[in-house]
Formats: sequence, structure tokens, C-alpha cells
Amino acid sequence: MNLIFDISREGRFAHAQAPDTTPATSDIPSHLLRQTKPRLPEVSELQVVRHFTRLSQKNFSIDTHFYPLGSCTMKYNPKGVHKLASLAGFAQRHPLAPEAASQGILQCLYDLQTMLAEITGMQAVSLAPMAGAQGEFAGVAMIRAYHEARGDFDRTEIIVPDAAHGTNPASAVMCNYQVKEIPTGADGDIDIEALKAALSEKTAGIMLTNPSTLGVFERRIAEVQKLVHDAGALLYYDGANFNAVLGKVRPGDMGFDVLHLNLHKTFATPHGGGGPGAGPVAVNDKLKAYLPLPLVEKTNTGYRWSTEKDLPESMGQLSAFAGNVGIHLRAYIYARMLGKQGMQRVSEMAVLNANYLQARLKDAGFVLAYPDRRATHEFIITVADQTKAHGVKAMDYAKRLLDYGMHAPTVYFPLLVPECLLIEPTETESKETLDAFVDAMIAIKQEVETDATLVKTAPHTMVVRRLDDVRAARLLDLVYVDASCQ
Amino acid sequence: MSNIPEELKYTGTHEWLRQEEDGSVTVGVTDHGQCMLGDLVFVELPEEDIELDKNQECCVLESVKAAADIYSPIAGVVTEVNEALTGTPDIVNRSPYDEGWLYRMMPVDEKDVTNLLDAAAYRDCIKAEAH
Amino acid sequence: MPFIPHTENDIQSMLEAMKLSSVDALFDEIPVSLMLKQALDVPNGMNEMSITRLMQERAKKDEGYACFIGAGAYDHHIPAAVWELASRGEFLTAYTPYQAEASQGGLQVLYEYQTMIASLTAMDVANASLYDGASALAESVLMAVRCNKKVKNNRVFFLGTLSPLYRKAVDTIIDPQGIELIEIPYSTTTGVVDVSVLAHLQEKDANALIIQQPNFFGCLEAVDELTDWAHHHNMLVVAAVNPTALALVTPPGEWGERGADIACGDGQPLGIPLASGGPSFGFLTCKMPLIRQMPGRVVGRTLDDEGKQGFTLTLQAREQHIRRAKAKSNICTNQGLLVVAAAIYMSLLGTEGLRRVALACHNNTRRLVEKLKTIGSVSLQFTSPFFHEFVLALPVPVKPLIDQAAESGLLIGYDLKPFIADDEHWLLVAVTETKTEEDLDRFVAFFKAHLQGSSASKEQQTSAEAAK
Repeated sequence: MNLIFDISREGRFAHAQAPDTTPATSDIPSHLLRQTKPRLPEVSELQVVRHFTRLSQKNFSIDTHFYPLGSCTMKYNPKGVHKLASLAGFAQRHPLAPEAASQGILQCLYDLQTMLAEITGMQAVSLAPMAGAQGEFAGVAMIRAYHEARGDFDRTEIIVPDAAHGTNPASAVMCNYQVKEIPTGADGDIDIEALKAALSEKTAGIMLTNPSTLGVFERRIAEVQKLVHDAGALLYYDGANFNAVLGKVRPGDMGFDVLHLNLHKTFATPHGGGGPGAGPVAVNDKLKAYLPLPLVEKTNTGYRWSTEKDLPESMGQLSAFAGNVGIHLRAYIYARMLGKQGMQRVSEMAVLNANYLQARLKDAGFVLAYPDRRATHEFIITVADQTKAHGVKAMDYAKRLLDYGMHAPTVYFPLLVPECLLIEPTETESKETLDAFVDAMIAIKQEVETDATLVKTAPHTMVVRRLDDVRAARLLDLVYVDASCQ
Repeated sequence: MSNIPEELKYTGTHEWLRQEEDGSVTVGVTDHGQCMLGDLVFVELPEEDIELDKNQECCVLESVKAAADIYSPIAGVVTEVNEALTGTPDIVNRSPYDEGWLYRMMPVDEKDVTNLLDAAAYRDCIKAEAH
Repeated sequence: MPFIPHTENDIQSMLEAMKLSSVDALFDEIPVSLMLKQALDVPNGMNEMSITRLMQERAKKDEGYACFIGAGAYDHHIPAAVWELASRGEFLTAYTPYQAEASQGGLQVLYEYQTMIASLTAMDVANASLYDGASALAESVLMAVRCNKKVKNNRVFFLGTLSPLYRKAVDTIIDPQGIELIEIPYSTTTGVVDVSVLAHLQEKDANALIIQQPNFFGCLEAVDELTDWAHHHNMLVVAAVNPTALALVTPPGEWGERGADIACGDGQPLGIPLASGGPSFGFLTCKMPLIRQMPGRVVGRTLDDEGKQGFTLTLQAREQHIRRAKAKSNICTNQGLLVVAAAIYMSLLGTEGLRRVALACHNNTRRLVEKLKTIGSVSLQFTSPFFHEFVLALPVPVKPLIDQAAESGLLIGYDLKPFIADDEHWLLVAVTETKTEEDLDRFVAFFKAHLQGSSASKEQQTSAEAAK
């Protein structure tokens, strides 16, 4: 397929989209003006529509395919939510519009803050962080602020389980902490003895996910939180797996001091091919004073933004304005549609779907990573036995599933389990879809036994075959340079 | 079973070291190490004349799926780096002990070399890792 | 329950297949003491019909304003095709292209976007987005400090005309690394940094110099001299730029003799609705030798095993999912969808269309400035050339005027009070291609009507009398 630059022709552009009449030049002095032309596409409006429409048709998406990408919660992104968030009053509002002209959005944001606090069992919420990773950065920064406010500058370490998502240690390092990794036990829970050994007066905090990245519930969380708090440290909750416990368990009740939620996971905001997301943080009273700005406050007459005067010890700001407000709005609309009964149902059906898949795959002869544990909203299978017998890897399963018309589960995460697939169906999938996935997996397993090469060289029906990653990283062809530019 | 030349010294983090006649040492990554990484796409080498401590991170070997740090087996001053790897990092995969050497340095103390693993000990090390 | 397909039959047959009697059994590993005993205290659920009414009511409260506020977010025309295409389910509901063969559409868009933004900034390479302009600037500063082999202190210079909104976010994000931002003061007459102050700086040792162009006030800095000065003192140059302006003004890659080293900015002007400032996206481009220090995802072109062209994420060993604690940044989810929208916008307008948008913005701004000259009590604060934004000096506090104007549906600009001397009253005004002659006249009329109390022009007094 051609690049848009290949179909460009000099002088073409979408005339209906450019301003009517303009003077040919400006009065800006020439030494400040651009001498070279930027190389943007030169195509007609129809060419643009056709080009991008056809590109979209090459993508797998929730709208088109079952997408059991573990840890990403690829549930249905409601069309009505997207439409309402795009209403003119919301879409056209400037971030710096006066408060009197912003009561509609401010009320939505305030309501969302309140709902998220209730949902997580925490005291206060800031919507500011623009993704889970930024939420983690904010959370760890608040932990730092807490210790420093108490004159404790010796706490230089953050504990992270070896199974943690890579953003956890990366965020801790961005906050200038050293990362101390602790192992996970064979049963999927944290190794308590290792935790005890790792805790010291140098520990500022621990970052946990519950359910963990292994897809199982951290059963000894009460003991963990006691050990950590007794050591003078704080607990951070990574909300990536919150879909498993929404309406059932609250991180605040588990003893966590600070958490982030991934609105693009649990709250169904569209994933957009890699983003945007939002990672609001919620805290208990210990950390309220340090929340990132802005928050929304309620007054006698309406709603307003909080400022540094309201929160003088705030850890600061994470963006120029208020973060990904359009995502907050979508999450709010979705949460209002779910309501109190709907939220509980989300985790119940997500967990039902995952356990059903786990049971059926086990019956079909697949090896579960934690066969004695309940699945939560996701679970892990490993094909290491098939790698040994036939040389087939998790990556091969992932690619062959594409030929069966399904997006692959997450592979090779968590790093702990060799040749693993992390499978998360979500609650919006029907039983028939789950059965079809099992059928596909069974079919591939048979192919592995009779014609392994077919699986090892998959995919066969996509627009491209397996791509040469090594060549991509060696050649580094990252921008198009045509002959005329050289 | 990976190649482990008898005359070299090793570390538990998959570096090898060779003592040269002029008192300098050459450092590289073992066959086992390069195999674990996969096809290399980039090698970051230290600057010449830089002082390294024992176990100091001095190189980064990058493949598509990992980026591994190389830890200096002993302390010393870097005298030469293998420039050929900049354009062709996969030399390390093809010839980890010869053309794929990473850097040379003058040791602070020659005796430090004796603390490193010999081929047999390194072989045991790899076996232990596999379990 | 919204969006959940399960019927009672479905649930029963699934439970039977697992030999379980109830859904509750699936939660039996969770300590009972932690399980919620009652439903969350949130409102009851709503169907789409009801939530539509509620949201329409709320949206209505905020709509219908003519917007002259800029300060980092600009009111541009967004072609209908941009969001028709970007809202297609295949773009909207896909995720990160980890399985490249199933994401060739999205990956090609990102590759084309990387090409466009690199060319617009006249740099070598781009990433596939960061969260916004402010956090992109923070990441650029961290990157510059990592890249500078010659200077190893923790100081970074910035021009005093840098957006204070960006400054706050940069401070927050770089603070844990102990990096110090040092201000180079600007002239309150010209609205830019006078290059002669550079010679008088006490200490010239720093990792980098941050230059915003156009600056926060809309004025144009002497980017060539500043860039050469910085390079002469072994600093990297980090450019924070507005993409519409780049259709007209010198792009960072062509600043001075060697060009800026890193360029960043906010992509909102490229087809992204104002939408309260987010989501938009941050763009980051740089010179090729720095590529391995660049954070964020990057798409590369390659071949498949039959020699066919394809696209894939590359250089992933820099990122958190591989490098973990040693990653260049913790970023995972980025702003992918907005980049798709920007690629479509840049494709529709193209080189010529974007140039016309920039010219229209600039000329509308000039016209408004001319018209405001008929009001004696207000004046253009700065003397430097500007692009699509200017500072108006007023004789009275700005906030009450802003509030009054809002009551009649006009958003006249941004109050600079928090950032300037106590006795000054400065209003930051932006004018884009969307403003008509009537819009400009309405703006002027508001000031004429509301500055009666102060030293008004003769014309104003006459019309005020006539109105009585």
C-alpha cells in the first residue's frame, strides 16, 4: 500500500478546509521566516478519506475482533459515550475559559472525583495524571513528599514485585528512588519472607497490583499492609487490574494509601491505537495535601478549580491544563450508565468469563500457570511444554490466532512465566465468543502436533507476514525520505 | 551447549576476559550471553581513557527484545574500543570471543584477574542458571 | 446491565461447565472481611436516553462563546473528515500495535505522522507522541541532560518568556532529578529576551537552553543568535514550538548554524478540539544521533519474510516494558488517537493549506491590533514581531472585564496577573483563522463600551453619550 507521500502531487490540497482569502505574505521580518517548505502531503480531500479509511481496515480493534489482551481490559467502548463527550459545549470549551462559563464540565469532573473516591474507598482524588504511568509518578512523588514532610530523608527505596508492570520500577526511578525487587511465591502470592527481608528504615513504599499481574488475588494483602505500615512505609496500588474487583473490593479497605486507576481500562474509554488514557490518583488523609493540581472544588454557588492557595503542598502539576479532560468526561458518562448495580456486575461477569475460559482451556489440555488458583479477570497459560516438544512458542500462538480472526492475548508478560499468554476476555464478551476462542486454541494445538511449521510461520492471512524486527532496529527507517529529498 | 574457551576468564554475568601480552586485558560477552540476547541491533561502548571500577556498567548490548548491561570484570582504564561494532553489531553474535570483542583496558591491579571464574566454574554457573 | 451480554441461561451453563453453583464462588479467594457488603454509594445506573439528556443539559451551560483565548490551546477550524475518520472503530478501539501484523493501518499512520512532524520541525526523527506539550518539554529537558556529554551539572537555562503553565509541569516532573531551571530575563518592552543580556550572565555552564517560539506572549524570539550562543557554550538547544506557526516561521532544525537539538510542543492546533485542554498530544523530534535517548514509542519501516513492506514498533529496548527501571521514561500509553487525527489534518491541509491557515491567523491578529488602536486607553504591550497572539495592556484589572465579557458570550483572553508586576494589567489575546470581521468588531466594541470609566478615547465618550 502506498504511503500518502507516494500519492501526493504538487499543488494539491483540500481547498474547502483552508481559509478563504489571505494576503500572500505576512509582515514578519524575513530573518524569522521559514526558507524551506515543510514536506506535508499534497492530496485531495477524497484521497485523504480513501487513504485513511483503507488504512483503518487493516487494523484489528475491539469493534471488529475479540481482543483478549491481558492487563489492557479491552471491553466495549460505548458509542453513546463518545458521542456525548463530543457535544459542542464540551468539545469547544477552552481550558482557560472562566469558571462561570464552565459549570457544566466542572460539575462532571467534581462528580467523577466523588464517585472515584467512593469506588476506591479513599478520601480524595485528583484527575490530573494523563495515563497510568503518570499516575504512578504522582503517587510515588506524594509518598516522597509525605516522608520528607516528616523530616525522614533516609527512605530511598521502593519495593516492587518481580512480576510488576515495567512502568512501576520506571516511575520509581523517575522519582529518584532505588528499586528493590522481591520474588513471587510459587502459588502466585508475594513471598512474605522476602518482603520481610526487603523492608527496612530505607523503605519509602511498596507498589502492588491486586489482583497481581499474574491474574490472581494477593490473598495475604492484610498481612502485607501491616508489615509495610509497621516499617513506616506506604502502600501504592496500581489499578491496572481493577476490573476484577470493581464494586466488590476497595483498595482503601485493603490498606492502600495511594492508588491510580486506568480509565482507559476499567472505565471503557477508547484505547485509540495506543492512547489517550487517564490515570487519576486517589489517596487517604495521609497524602491529601500533596495531590497534583488541579482539583475541582464545590462552592455554595457552583464549582471552581482549586489552586495552589487551596493546596500549598501540592506535588505540582503534570500538564499545562487539567489533564485528559475528554477522557474524564467519557469515564464519567460510562460510570453514570453503570451505576451502583452495574459496577458490581462488571467484575462479576469479567471474572465469570475468565474462569470459564480458564476451565475450558484446561480441559482442552493447556497448562495453566496457577492451576490451583481462581482466575480473576485474567489468567495465564504457558505453552512451554509445547516449546519443548515441538519448538512452538507463545509468539507463534499469538500470530496464528490472528489467522483465526482474533487478536492475540498478551504474550511474554509477566516475565516470570516462560512462554506465557495472559488472557483477559472482559465482561462485554458473549459465551459464544469465548467458545470460539477455545475452539481456535484447540485447532492451533492440533496444528502444532501435526504441522508445527504452519504455526511457526504464522500469520498467513494478514496483509503482511512476520516482520523483520531486527532489520527495523538496525536500519532505523523512521521517516520517509524520497529520492527528491536526498 | 555453548562455547566456553578454556584459556579465558569469566564472570557470573556472562562477560569474558583475556589477558594480553602487554599487560592489558580484552573484555567481551560470552557465547551464552549473546545467545540469550538474540540478534544485536546496537552496541554502546565506553569512551576511551575512562576509568572503570569493578562491576561498573560500561556497555549496553541492545537486541529487539532486551538491553543488557555489561559489567566491567575488573577495575581499569579503557584503552581501546571495538569501533567495528558501531556499524555491524551482529559481529558479537557471530564471533563473541574474537572479532566481537568489546573493549580493552589496563587493569589497576593484575591480580584482580585471579578472582574471576575459570572455564569450568563458568560452565557450572550456566548449569545452575538453567535450574 | 449496560453492555453485558450474559443472559441467565448463559450464566447457568457457564457455571455448570465449571461445576460451580454461583458467581459468588468465583470470589472465594478474597478474604471475606474485604468484600463489600453493600453496593457502592453511587447513583443508580442510567440508560443512554437518560444520560443523553443529562449531558446535553450540562454541555449547554458551557457552549456558545466566541473564543479569543490562546495561551497554549488554539481555536482552529477542524475539518469534518478528521474526526469522521479518526472515530472509525478500527482506529478508535484498537490498542498499542504490539502485534504488528494486525495493526498495519495504525502503524502506517504513525510512520506518516512521524515523517510529517519531523519535516514541519525540520528535524531528523520523531516519536509517536507523548501526553502533551508541557510534559513533552519535561521529557525533552531530561533527555537533554542525558545527552549532554560535555556538561555534567544539573542546570538548564530557559527564556523568561516560556509559558508559565509549561514551566509548572516541567518543574514537577524534573524536580526529583535535582535539575535546576534558571531563568534568563526578558524585556518588558520588546516581549522577548534581548540577546545582549546573555553576555552578562554570571555562570554560562548549563546542559541546555529552552526556547519557546512563538513565546508565551506570542512574540518571536531571536532564535538564531540564541541557538548559536547556546551551542558555543556546549549547551543543547530544546525548542518548544507551535505547529501552526511552523508553516511560516523558521523551524527549530534550521535555527542558527546547527539547528536545535530537540524540538517539542503541543499538537492540539492540528485538528484537535479545544475540549478543555485534553486529550491532545505532545510531539517530540530530535537530531538522529540522539535517537536512542528519546522516550516514547517509535515506528519503523521494515520488510516481512516475503520482502513486503511493513511497519513495526522499534527501538523498544529503551522503553519501560523491556528496560524497566533503566528505561528512558516510564511512559507506556501515549496519545495515539490524537496523532491519527493530526496526521489526517496535516494531510488535508498539506503544505499550502497550513501556510494559509497560519497567514490567516496572523493577518486577523494584525487587523485586531489595528482596530484596537482606536481605543486610546489600551495598547499593544510589546514591540517585537508576533504570531497569532499579543499582549494588550489595560488601564484596569483584567479579571472583572473577562467576567463581564463572558456574560455576553465573549472570551476576551487570558489574565496574565499571576505572572507579572502588581501594577500591570495584561491580557493575552489570540486570534485564529476562525474569526470574521464581525467577530473582531464585537471584540473592539466590548472594550469601547466597558472602558468608559477610565481615560477613554473621544470616540468612545461620544458614542456613550449618544447611547444615553
